[in-house]
Formats: sequence, C-alpha cells, structure tokens
Amino acid sequence: MTAPSITMNVMLGTALLGATAGTIGTFAVLRRRALVGDMLSHAALPGVCIAFLIMQDRNFVGLSLGALATGLVGILVIAILTRWTRTKEDAAIGIVLSTWFGAGMVLLSVAQRQTTGYPAGLKSYLLGEAAGIGRGDVQLIALVALICLAIVSVLYKEFKLLSFDVDFATAQGWPTLVLDLVMMGTLAVVTIVGLPICGVILMAALIILPGASARFWTNRLGRLLVIAAIAGAAAGVIGTFLGSPLPKQLLGIELFDNTKYPPGPLIVLTAATFFLFSMLFAPQRGVLATAAAELQLRQRIAREHLLRALYEISEPYLPERPAVAEAQVLAQRSWRRWWVDWWLSRLRKRGLIERVNGDVRLTPAGLGAAAEVTRTHRLWEMFLVESAGIAADHVDRDADAVEHMLPKPLIRELEERLAAAGRLPMVPQSVPQSPHDL
Amino acid sequence: MRTLSVGRQSLLAAASRMCHEERPMIAQSQTSAQPAHATSHPPALEIHDMTVAYHRKPVLWDIDLTIPEGNLVGVVGPNGAGKTTLIKAVLGLVPLASGKVEIYGRPYEDQRKIIGYVPQRESVDWDFPVTVRDVVLMGTYGRLGWFRRPGHGEREVANRCLTQVGMRDFANRQIRQLSGGQQQRVFLARALAQDARVYFMDEPFSGVDAATEAAILELLQELRSARRTVFVVHHDLQTVRGYFDYVILLNMRLVASGPTETTFTPANLHKTYGGRLTILDEAAEAVRQRQPIR
Amino acid sequence: MFIIIAQLDWLEPFASPVAQRIILVGALTNIACALVGCYLVLRRMSLMGDAIAHAVLPGLVLAFIFSGSLNIAPLFLGAAAVGLLTTFLTQTLHQYGRVPTDASMGVVFTSLFALGVVLLKTYVSKIHFDVDCVFEGLLYQAGFDTFEFAGYELPRQLRTVVPVVIINLAVIFVLWKELKVSAFDPALATSMGISATLMHYLLMMLVAVTTVASFEVVGSILVIAMLIVPPATAQLLTNRLAPMIAVACVFAILSAILGYWLASEQVWNVDPSGAMVVAAGGMYALAVLFAPQYGILSTLIRNLQTALRILREDLLLMLYRLEEIDATKRMRPEEAVAAVGGGSLARWALAMLRHRGRIEIRDGRLHMTDDGRWRAARLVRGHRLWETYLVKNLGLQPDHVHAPADRVEHFIHQPLREELQKELEDTHRDPHGRDIPDLNS
Repeated sequence: MTAPSITMNVMLGTALLGATAGTIGTFAVLRRRALVGDMLSHAALPGVCIAFLIMQDRNFVGLSLGALATGLVGILVIAILTRWTRTKEDAAIGIVLSTWFGAGMVLLSVAQRQTTGYPAGLKSYLLGEAAGIGRGDVQLIALVALICLAIVSVLYKEFKLLSFDVDFATAQGWPTLVLDLVMMGTLAVVTIVGLPICGVILMAALIILPGASARFWTNRLGRLLVIAAIAGAAAGVIGTFLGSPLPKQLLGIELFDNTKYPPGPLIVLTAATFFLFSMLFAPQRGVLATAAAELQLRQRIAREHLLRALYEISEPYLPERPAVAEAQVLAQRSWRRWWVDWWLSRLRKRGLIERVNGDVRLTPAGLGAAAEVTRTHRLWEMFLVESAGIAADHVDRDADAVEHMLPKPLIRELEERLAAAGRLPMVPQSVPQSPHDL
Repeated sequence: MRTLSVGRQSLLAAASRMCHEERPMIAQSQTSAQPAHATSHPPALEIHDMTVAYHRKPVLWDIDLTIPEGNLVGVVGPNGAGKTTLIKAVLGLVPLASGKVEIYGRPYEDQRKIIGYVPQRESVDWDFPVTVRDVVLMGTYGRLGWFRRPGHGEREVANRCLTQVGMRDFANRQIRQLSGGQQQRVFLARALAQDARVYFMDEPFSGVDAATEAAILELLQELRSARRTVFVVHHDLQTVRGYFDYVILLNMRLVASGPTETTFTPANLHKTYGGRLTILDEAAEAVRQRQPIR
Repeated sequence: MFIIIAQLDWLEPFASPVAQRIILVGALTNIACALVGCYLVLRRMSLMGDAIAHAVLPGLVLAFIFSGSLNIAPLFLGAAAVGLLTTFLTQTLHQYGRVPTDASMGVVFTSLFALGVVLLKTYVSKIHFDVDCVFEGLLYQAGFDTFEFAGYELPRQLRTVVPVVIINLAVIFVLWKELKVSAFDPALATSMGISATLMHYLLMMLVAVTTVASFEVVGSILVIAMLIVPPATAQLLTNRLAPMIAVACVFAILSAILGYWLASEQVWNVDPSGAMVVAAGGMYALAVLFAPQYGILSTLIRNLQTALRILREDLLLMLYRLEEIDATKRMRPEEAVAAVGGGSLARWALAMLRHRGRIEIRDGRLHMTDDGRWRAARLVRGHRLWETYLVKNLGLQPDHVHAPADRVEHFIHQPLREELQKELEDTHRDPHGRDIPDLNS
C-alpha cells in the first residue's frame, strides 16, 4: 500500500470518527456531561492492557472490548460512590479517572515486559498513532461510526426530548433510563473506538469541541448536529492531512514531520481552531458580536441620556433654545468630563447641537430628537409605574418605539396625562404638527 | 421554621379576606364529595395510602385522595409541604414508598396517553437549541411513539395550541429569547398538544405577569368546560377561591380536600399553615436519621 | 535499626538509599498535591485539578525550551501563568461564550494539552524528556540524580518539590480563615470583605505551581490522583478542615511508601508513580468500605442494627398488646417470629430479647419479664400519644392514624414523648379508646 493510500484510509477513518464524535458529543455537551468522554477514555486504558495480557495479541476488537469493559465499570463505580458515600461527583470522577489510568500505566509496564506480540503498539493508546492502525481497523472504525450515526438519526426525536426535559419525557411514558443508557453507550463506543487514533486524553476533545463550536452558529438542534458532524469530520481530515506525508508530496512543504507527530494532537488543534474562530466570529452568539451589540446598546443609552439631559435643562425656557453650560450637563448625572466632551462632539458632528461661546445649544433638529427621546422615556415611566399590573410580558422595555409596543389609545391616554402635568415634551416650531392632531 | 412563619403571614392575609363567611370546619370532606359522579364514572384521580420519601426522609405521609372528573383542582400548602412531590409521585417521577395511584380507575402506566404535564419552568435549560414550535411539538411525541417524526398534522396541532396561548407569532423563536410568562405559555401549549384528559401543572402562575396569569386562567376554564381535570400547584392563597372548584390542602400529609367552598376554610388553612408542625418535622428527621436521639 | 528491618524479607525494597530517596521525593510531592487538593475537593472543583494538570504541559515545554533546563524561577512563573490562563479561559468561555462550565473546562485543557504535545514533539531533540514522562514522570531518577546537602546525599528533584511544599504550607497557614470561608461559602466571604474571586485565582495558581513542580517528578497521572484521592479519603474519615488536611497528608505519605513497595522488583517491578496511584486508590477503596462513620460497611451495620431494634420492639409491642387483650394468652416463639415478618433476622431479634432478659420461654410459650413489660409499655405509650396527637391536633380521622404511628413509634424518644404529653395535657386514652400506659406505675 502506498503512503497516500494509507493516509486516505486513515483520513476516512478520522472523518467518520470526527463526525460521529461530534454528533453524539453535542448531546453530551447539551446535557452537561462533557467530561464523561474524558473519564471513559482514561478508564479504558487498564481494559486495553488486560485484554492484551489475556489475548497476547493486538487485536483491535478485543482491545476495544476490554476498554469498554473497564470504562463501564468506571461509570458504575462513580455512580456507586456518589450514591453511597460522602464523595461528591466531581471527586468521584477524578478518583476513577486517575486510579484507573494509574492502574493502566502499571499494567502497561507489565505488558511491555512480555516479549510476545507487539506491546509497543499499546502505547499508541496514550496519544494515538495513525501508523498503528491497519486497513481493517479503519474499516471497523468506519462501520462503528456509521452504526452510531444511524442510532442518533433514528432516535433523534427521542434524544431531543430526553436532553431537553427528562421529567416530561418520563411522564409521557418514554423509558428514559434505557434511552439514557443507549445515548451514553453510543458515546462510550465512539470514544473507545477512537482511542488508537486520538489517544486517551485527546479523544475527550473530539467529543466536546465540535458540538461546542457548532453551538455558536445555530439555535436549532438539527442544524447543530449537522454542523458539529461537519466540524468533527473536517477536523479529522485536516488534522490527519497535516500530520501525513501528503503536504510534502502534494505541496512540497513539510508542515509537521509525520514520523514524529501523532494525528491526535493535530486533529484536536484543528478542532480547537474551529472553536476559537466560532467563539470569536459567530454572528449572534460569538463573543465579538455580543460585545458589539453590548457596545451599541451602551452607546444608544448614553446618547439618549445626554439628549434627555439637554432637553430637561432647556425645558423651562422653551420654545427658546437656551445655551447650556457643560457644568450644567455634568451636574445632571454622575458623568465624567472627558466622556461628556466626547459625546457632545459626536452630537455636534451629527448636527444635533451647536456651540455658542463655549456653551452648547440644541439645534432645531436636536431639539426634535431630544423631545422625542424624552417623550418616549416619560411615557414608559408613567406606563410602568402606573400600569405595571397589566404590563404585557411581550413588552421590550429597551425598545425606543413606544408606538410599536403599546396600543394607540393607551399612548393617547398617557400623553394626555403627561400634558395635564405639564410634562409632555413638545417641539414648538421645528417639527410640523401632525394634521390628525388639528 | 422560617417557612412556617411566612406561611402564617400569608394565612393571615388570606383569612382576613374571607372571614366574612365563617363555616363550620370539615376536616375530611372528600368523603362527602359528589357521590353521584363517583358511581357513574371512575374518579379522575384516586390515591390510596401513598407515602413518598426522599433520601429516607418521608415528605408525604399516607395520602388518600379521590378527585372527581372535570374540576380545576388547586394543590395548596406551605413551602416544603410536598406539593410538587405529590404531582411527581402521581406521574411516576419519584418512587412511592407505599400506596397506589389510579387515574380513571386504572394504574398510571396504562393511562399515560391521557395525562398532560407542565413541569416547573426552572426545570429545563432555556438556552437549549430548540424553537418554541419544537417544544410544543414534544407534546405530540407520546402519541407518535417510537421513531416516527412529527409531520404536517402535528405541526398543525402545535400551531393551534400556540394560538390558544397567544404565542403563534413566536413559533420560530429560540426559547432563550422568551420572558418568564412566555416560557410558561409555551409549556402550557406543549401540555395542550398532549390532548390529555387529566393535566398536572406545577406552579404555572409563579413568576408570570398579570396578562399571562389572566390568559392561563382563561385556558384553565376552557379545559374545565371540556370536562378536563386540571391539577394546579398553587402558592397564592388569595386567588385560590377565585380560581379553583376543588382544593387539596397539603402539609406533608393531607389536611383536607374537597370543593373549595366547603374546604378552603380558615380552620383548615390554620391546620395547613399554622399549628404545631415542629413535632411532625422532628419525627420525620428522627426517621431519616434512623436513630432515636436518646 | 535499619539493619534489623532490612533482614525482614518484605522490607527489603526499602533498604537501599535509592529507595529511600525515591520515597522521600514521592512523599513530599504527594503532600504538596494533597495540601491544595483538600480545597479543590471541598469546593467541588476536583476536575479543575485534572484540567490544570493537563493544561500546564505547554507552559512546561516552553519553560524547558527557553531556559534549557529545569530552573525553578521560570518554571514557576510559567506555571502560575498557565494556571491563571486556564482558570481565566474556562471562566471566560462560560461567561461570554455561554459554554457550560464542564464543556468549557474540557475545551480549554484538551486544546492546551494538544498544543503541549505538538510543542513537545517539535522540540523533542532539545529536551530530555519524552511523552512517557508526561504521564509517569522521572521519579526513578530521584534515586541517582543527587546533590550533597549538609553531608547527606539528597535527590536533586527535592530542589523543586520542597519549595512548593513550603509555599503551599505557608499560604494555607497565612490565609487559613480566608481560604476556609471562601471554600465554604463564596458569597459570605465576599460579604465579609474577602475576595472569593481572588482566593479562587490564588488557589488555582497554587494548583498550577504544585502541578508543574510535581509534573516532571511524578508525571501528570500521579499529580491528578494526589490532588484528589488522598483528600477524598480524608474526607471520608474526618469532619473538620484541619484534621482533613492532616489525614490527607498522612495518606499522601502512605501512598508513596506503599506505592514504592508495590512497584519494586520483588512485587510488580513497574514504574513507581503508577503504582503510587494504585496504592492511593486502594486506600480510598478501603476507606469507602470501612470508614467508621461514612463507610459503606458501617452504614450497613447501622441499618442492620436499626432493623433489629425495630424487630425487637415490634415483638415486645405485639406481646404487650396480646397481654392487654387477653392476659392469659401466650404466644409460641415460631408464631411471634412469623407475625413480625419471619426470617432469620426476626429469629435473631427474638434471641437477643431473650439474651437481654426481656423475654423468657416457659412451657414453649413466650413470657415478658417485668423489664420487658416496662419497655413495651414505653413504646406503646409513644405510639398511642402519637395517634392521639395526629387526631387531636392535626385532625386526622382515627382510622387513618395507626399506620403512621406504627412507622414513627420506634423513633419517639423521651423528650419528644414528654412534649407530646404536654401538648395533649391529661390524655389517658388513645383515639381507639385504649389506655395510654403510664410509666410511673
């Protein structure tokens, strides 16, 4: 078999593995069980060694069954410890994870002393190794991955319900315990099948990263699973590609010496890059988008506060537009001087205020805007103070447009009451009166 | 003990409102409740000698209940009285230490298709990646059974239920973008989609705005006129009389149950909220510790 | 002294100075981990230890690359930085990326570990340690790589481990109450003017420093295990913080000794750090089973004792009630055993009653002694007072109260009985119209 075809073979395996781990891992992340994969893969090591010591052979299926066995025993022990002793769940996970792995290391030393078989290959379970897996192994990984994908797609509706609301699912008559076992069993099988490629520690990453990355891009479970699967598969393919001889053969550059780098870390780093990118740049949930939205909101609030302050200072003199000293503005709220300066200059650029001998004055357009802001604020204030009892929950209190949120007659009534108190902002000349009001 | 004193205060508030019609106390009035119905129909809910324990501490003792069909039933009692536990035990979500539950004369397991459930709002992750319609569609899963996906018909049902709770316009929103009252309405719509004969609702009125409260009440009354039975865990004593035809007064054990008129009396309320509860608590604690303190 | 011990066969592994050095390094490393581990376990953040132990790998490799050797200063600085980074990233992902905490921890430490492995592989020629060392460390080197200090030949690795033990002890000693309060109740700590966040970051920094110092010596596995397992063992055996830390340290030392013995040529002939983990795990398992207060065995024994006591009391009660109904009638032992549910437990309870002189068997029939009758009367009194209380004060119907009273009667102790009596004033008959026995007569 030529090098490229071996690589293609491994790529197929990692792609399917990544897709499956991403899909089932998404459920684990949603159910706050992200570290189950971590625990399972650590706890698998003694099973691998025991299976090897029994079989004296590196049969992939046998080793995987051994891994599955100790992994499941580990889960059982965690359940017993949390249920029966004072040890809390986090410590129980840590204890099982480390002791099982420690036992695995001891058994590994024992196995290495045995001369028969290829015990060196067992080491691939620590960090993963592409070279260590043969064609048959890849086919098996692919088969298992496909079966797991099939389970997820057949039980999609059931898994969705289970993940969202276990109590409701139980009340509706679903065997939630069985469903949970199927879900966690699928997760366990995928984790363990992936161990020889990704290694004990990094298999956990392949479970968590695709789902966590995909969550930034969508709010729909179906799409989330598809994106996670694609991200997992892509990470598998790219990571394998980077660590293979292919870049040298195809592009003439050697990125990572394939004799040194196991594919696991490269796959995980690829997936981590996806995650970083998603977290920063995703349109709605991404950190940058969130920060931008936050900034925008703050700016709007700041602008409105300043306009309202200017209006309220000018209010007694209307319809004259008085010059307002900056000190007056500063006195209105606990603002910092540089901040007010900056905002005033911005308002001036927009033509909302003008400078008069070092003081500021609202322009006619500025007065219109300020009056509108103040009117909205006062309407809301009155509505919330006096009618909170009937306040519909739909009301978005941040929205500046009262008109869209409250029914017309209510606005008119509130306006009348503001006017009666002499607090209804009016814009004397600048804004033409609406013909309806005449 | 702190919950007790709070309970007493709200009791006083409620009692002062309704003391104008002091009635003779009837402790166990469920025995006298509508015998005519009981003979023609099996009752909507029948509980015999139910005891429920959490971590070996009994939270409900020896509950006996019979609720006839077609009532709005308020489940009332102080914090920690076991209201939620009662509902969860009936629904099989917590195991019974003893006793049995029957719905329309048959065990709960056989009747799941005619039961609707509205859990407490806080029980789920509202950042879960589903839309409002997805959540409502979950109500139809029970009827769909294994493997089948919701189709056009189910979607119609979901839309109708959403319209009923006034949330049709929100069908495609992610659930995180909803307010508390809206979340509650979505849960109600999901229960409606179950198209049940008996509904169990855990604190549907908690933390919702007045508009939603009115909408929920209207919905409950519609359900009653369709001869559905609705159990509502409720904590606002002042509205019990206005909302429910039937009440279950609970405080670790059944204090009283029966038509609101005759059961929701100051005397019974005093027994539910006031009284000397310390001894009961102490006994429960001793049982939990499995050791007498000598 | 040592010569005598060394002649004992099984102690042979400990005889050589090499062995003693390895155990010394192992024990001190374990202590360093256990000290901070107690706080992790109490704050339910054990997995943060797991995460940091993995995440420090890139920092460790970078420190190696830049300093070329194991100098303490750059190493500790790098460790503190990585510890803070892991904590900060985990928190940031959770807060700003809305990633659940467990997932954000998983994302951070696996990614950093992968980065560390790639760095390690890239610069593998420059560094004298390989991937195996990541897991198992170089503990065996402690036996050979030594320096002289005050006439003793001490392992070189002590120069990284001892400072960490001192730092950890010093921080715990100086900030004892601050750490305690913020471990117990962060909100309370904050309200008292102790920054829980600061304490959190400080703790994580200590974990990171400890991890890095221990990493090269014993490998990541032993670090994680020693952070979690000895404190969890101590938690099963103690009820207060100071004893817990002390006991955790004892178990840390025991793990090192026992682990070395297991790893020696005479036993398993494997690397010592893995064996130390197994030893710690084994001792934890023993604690789970046999801890006096929280162990599974003692819980089972307590449950058995309670069950036996209830059966004994049920037997006495039954005989008492029988006597009440018909003073001449006496039960046969088999009948009595069958009436309380039968089985060997019931027979055992009956035997205990006889042994304690509460019951005698005459003519194949059971007779209560005076002592037995008095005890039965006390129980019946509790039962009937309780029934009366339920009916009188809680308004239950008389036919509903027997079952609850049956459950509670075994747990009505003297003060409660008196309280009931006071509550009920002068009640001498229960709701079924039977006498409530007076104990003074």
